[in-house]
Amino acid sequence: MPENLFKVNIEEYMLPGQRACQGCGLSLAYRYVLKALRENTILTFPACCLTVLHGLYPTTSVTIPALNCTFASTAASASGLVAGLNAVNRTDITVVAIAGDGGTFDMGIQALSGAAERGTDFIYVCYDNEGYMNTGTQRSSATPMGALTSTTPVLTKQQPKKDMLRIMEAHDLPYLATTSSAYPIDLYDKFVKAKRIKGARYMQIAVPCPPGWGYAPKDTVRIGRLAVETGIVALFEIEDGKFRFTGRSKTLAEKGNKMPVINYVERQGRFRKMSTEQLRQLQRWVDTRWNEYLKRAEG
Amino acid sequence: MAEVQIMTGNQAAALGAKLSHVQVVAAYPITPQTSVTEMLSQLIEGGELKAEYIRVESEHSALAVCISASTVGARVFTSTSSQGLLYMHEQIHWAAGARLPIVMCCINRGVGAPWTIFNDQQDSIAQRDTGWIQIYCRDNQEIIDSIIQAYRIAESVYVPVMICYDGFVMSHTMMPVEIPEAEAVSNFLPPYKPHTILSPETPMNINPVLFPWRRANTEGVLCDGYMEMRYKLQKALDESRDVIASTSRQFAEAFGRDHGGMLWQYKTDDAEIILVGMGSVASEATAAADMLRLEGIKAGVVGIRVFRPFPKEDVRAAFRKAKAICVFEKGISYGYEGALCSEIKAAFYGTDIRLPIHNYICGLGGRDVKARELAEATRSSRDAIAAGDTEPMPKWLNCFTE
Amino acid sequence: MNISAMATPAIGEAGKTGDWRDMRPVCDHSKCIPSIKKKAACFLCWLYCPEGVIKATIPLEIDLAYCKGCGICAEECPGKAITMVNEGEKNG
Repeated sequence: MPENLFKVNIEEYMLPGQRACQGCGLSLAYRYVLKALRENTILTFPACCLTVLHGLYPTTSVTIPALNCTFASTAASASGLVAGLNAVNRTDITVVAIAGDGGTFDMGIQALSGAAERGTDFIYVCYDNEGYMNTGTQRSSATPMGALTSTTPVLTKQQPKKDMLRIMEAHDLPYLATTSSAYPIDLYDKFVKAKRIKGARYMQIAVPCPPGWGYAPKDTVRIGRLAVETGIVALFEIEDGKFRFTGRSKTLAEKGNKMPVINYVERQGRFRKMSTEQLRQLQRWVDTRWNEYLKRAEG
Repeated sequence: MAEVQIMTGNQAAALGAKLSHVQVVAAYPITPQTSVTEMLSQLIEGGELKAEYIRVESEHSALAVCISASTVGARVFTSTSSQGLLYMHEQIHWAAGARLPIVMCCINRGVGAPWTIFNDQQDSIAQRDTGWIQIYCRDNQEIIDSIIQAYRIAESVYVPVMICYDGFVMSHTMMPVEIPEAEAVSNFLPPYKPHTILSPETPMNINPVLFPWRRANTEGVLCDGYMEMRYKLQKALDESRDVIASTSRQFAEAFGRDHGGMLWQYKTDDAEIILVGMGSVASEATAAADMLRLEGIKAGVVGIRVFRPFPKEDVRAAFRKAKAICVFEKGISYGYEGALCSEIKAAFYGTDIRLPIHNYICGLGGRDVKARELAEATRSSRDAIAAGDTEPMPKWLNCFTE
Repeated sequence: MNISAMATPAIGEAGKTGDWRDMRPVCDHSKCIPSIKKKAACFLCWLYCPEGVIKATIPLEIDLAYCKGCGICAEECPGKAITMVNEGEKNG
């Protein structure tokens, strides 16, 4: 095994035979999250797909210490870990909270906002698979407009995706970054960077979900790539208020050739009832936001 | 020479936490608990208490912070009332199931709807099934002493402890309190040794999903199912009775004050009728008992100090020779009767203790409960019992019920 | 003390997840870029495997006891060296 394979830590902290679905986008991203964080980390997460990935008692699939918590309290659980570790003089450990979009955009938002506002020294990771996937694909505020879910089974989701990135930006964090399962090296580099920074850091991962989104497991990386190619997911980081595109998004920004969103939407079963108007709105939303990002990248 | 100061119940609570060298405090203000948070902030920011105060954005988060901080080995404290206690309800279950030695003060306040900010015990009584140890204090001295005892109990049986005291009646009322000496408290409280292992040296996944059945690990050893884990909590609570009683005795030896262990008794030896209560209503009942004795009615009081684990044997022993009981409680299990009354009746099941038990619901939403009202109720119960009424429906004391 | 639920790390928490497959990946090493170049190169299959069951060795090794058969490696291989074959059929 080559030592500098893709220039990432070659250690695997997620053991084979774990309980995530075939082709799970979270599983793929999580390999690199853990590679970047390394051993001196304590994780905390609520009831979600990750709970299942970590496994059922008495065995766990992950070789990093982890604390399960209630659905709404991930960031508070992390706050307690930071304070507790400080009290027992274990300040060499990175505390990482990780929750899905349900546990972040919806039920977990209060605790997250509180922990961020208090400047808690931790990394908060949201893996965004755009729905309550662990319980069978119910709609969350992260679900895009036009998507079918088990709680928007006929009319599709009516509201646009909640802009959690803007909400977290409003907390004046030292570091905020977007990442994608389909771009693991970009993800790895950002997590390595985040680990070195002090204060509340927010990382969002765009995570494709085969059963939830309605595509074959073999296409997880392709779908993740298309999200970035169409500008639906922009890869960037904001460090001390300075916006910077990274990776594929940086190239797209420079070359100006992002794809129309239809290329992304047409490959997923969850968008099969999307109306023409919703598609137009989505394209408009993507274009508006992309242009805002372009301006910020220049300035 | 021990220092005596007059102070409110909330001040006593803050001092109790300080003397116990808590390391992490997470609390959210709510009437009538607020001054506890303010005093602790003052103590910590002023350098008198070396701890971190996490100014959480809700009570649910307050207990979540305590849970994870306790898991990694910090001694933690929080306090709340009423709606705040209810808001953290899922965390209260979690803390007990996680077997964490958290100590929390519940400054008893009634629950909405409709709103009340005043005292009753519905809030903490509603938590009785969660697996926490519950101690009800009758005066401010008992608050500071019980908090200290609570850490010792919690950290030896690994069960969280709720110290309850009546809102406004005690939280805001000044009483003389002898402040235990700091060194004596440090000697009384050995350092907290967590049973939880959350460290990179020994990676584990704490409190994952457990199956309904026992499940083998990869070495083929059968490990607990959910039910076994929960049985251990019950077992710990059963075994904690002895620890609570012995801690109370050891505290009395070290500090000269005995608050009664599981329950305390007042003039019950020759009592023809016994008043029962928890917290300030029980201490008010001693004044009522004195009033009744002046009239020639031999009244006594049993104050239930520890509601959970329920002191079944102590209750049986205390009432073995009793002839009649009036249970006064600041709460009700809606759809049935006062919870304390039900539990006392249940304690007699299987024994030959058969006696009239009258239940009075009193003081809800802070309605004042005067000693003479307790005396009057006891007198009328005594008369009713003489006329053959052994188990009437609960009466709502001093309440318009037309 | 075992009074609270603490799970220990081990392979195969969900059992032999190789049993989940209906198709398995088969590598034609003559088309595999690292094998052709006889040095570290490509290994995108290693990069994109959600399970981490591909060993970046020459020749490539896939742990079939735990490979769930998602097919991402076959999909992403630039040399088309990996094909998904129905379980029960012979390789290739």
